[in-house]
Amino acid sequence: MKKIEVIQNVLEANDTIASRNRQLLDKHKVFAINIMSAPGAGKTSLILQTLTRLKGRLNIAVIEGDVASTVDAERVQSKAKAVVQINTGKMPESCSLMAVMIESALKDMPLNDIDLILIENVGNLICPAEFALGEHKRVVISSLPEGDDKPIKYPLIFVDADAVIINKMDLLPHVDFDIAAFRRSVTGLNPKVEFFEVSCKTGEGIDRWCSWMLERVETNAAKR
Amino acid sequence: MHELGVTENIVNIALAKAGEAQANKVVKINLVVGELSGFVPDCIQFYFDSLSKDTIAQGAVLHFESVPTELRCRDCAAVFQPQDTLWTCPECAGRSVEIFKGRELYIESLEVE
Repeated sequence: MKKIEVIQNVLEANDTIASRNRQLLDKHKVFAINIMSAPGAGKTSLILQTLTRLKGRLNIAVIEGDVASTVDAERVQSKAKAVVQINTGKMPESCSLMAVMIESALKDMPLNDIDLILIENVGNLICPAEFALGEHKRVVISSLPEGDDKPIKYPLIFVDADAVIINKMDLLPHVDFDIAAFRRSVTGLNPKVEFFEVSCKTGEGIDRWCSWMLERVETNAAKR
Repeated sequence: MHELGVTENIVNIALAKAGEAQANKVVKINLVVGELSGFVPDCIQFYFDSLSKDTIAQGAVLHFESVPTELRCRDCAAVFQPQDTLWTCPECAGRSVEIFKGRELYIESLEVE
């Protein structure tokens, strides 16, 4: 019997492809945002609002990740520069997008004509936290009906987020969501995080979110 | 939920390393899994049994060393294992913490013959 020291990260295969994706995006000056949340928190609604607000200012492509269906891709089709739907149900893993899926989606995109890619991850607060895609920023959406305890129950996804969007602010009078407690929990895990309180239904707060993103896309494009 | 791809990586790494060592059989794979990582050892074992079939890793024992969550307080720098779901620092009652240990997922070593 012989013992071989290995010390090799099991997620390395994904991380390697993620950094390759990032290099490809950077080469074409494309900024990518990975949008993660529980099902129904408003990922598609946020994307639709963003596409509407930034129309004419940025060329935006969308990668939709869902276990099944093309419902989301159809909803954003008319407003985006390009849409690729990934159905993870046919893949070995269905609970999250992974770097290899983004690699193949990028092959179908006119990268030279795109400024920003919004990647809608599979609705899930657990698995997407583990898999880098090659994105520049990670955004988590929490919506008021989910309750303010999600950062306590699913800390990892909040630890690595660059921005946290609190959606469905229009429901605040009707639900017991303690915004201060929620923000405190997230900031405890992640002091640098940026918060946005929005309602994709009324449009409240969307302008500030779009300016934040626009600024980052422009800084990124100017850097190279 | 996402252990299949991860287990594929484990099998691939084990077979590559065993191949380099010109081993005939992988007897044991020692894995380190952080408590906070979303990976479930039973699931990994389940997929491993089917993915390693007809390879030199078939029948290998997967040994999981679980790494308990350790946090570091950003206020007083104390390192502690969380005692409550709020991850409050036991030294200063601070609520600003960073994860020090518990996210690991790696192959520590292989035993081959």
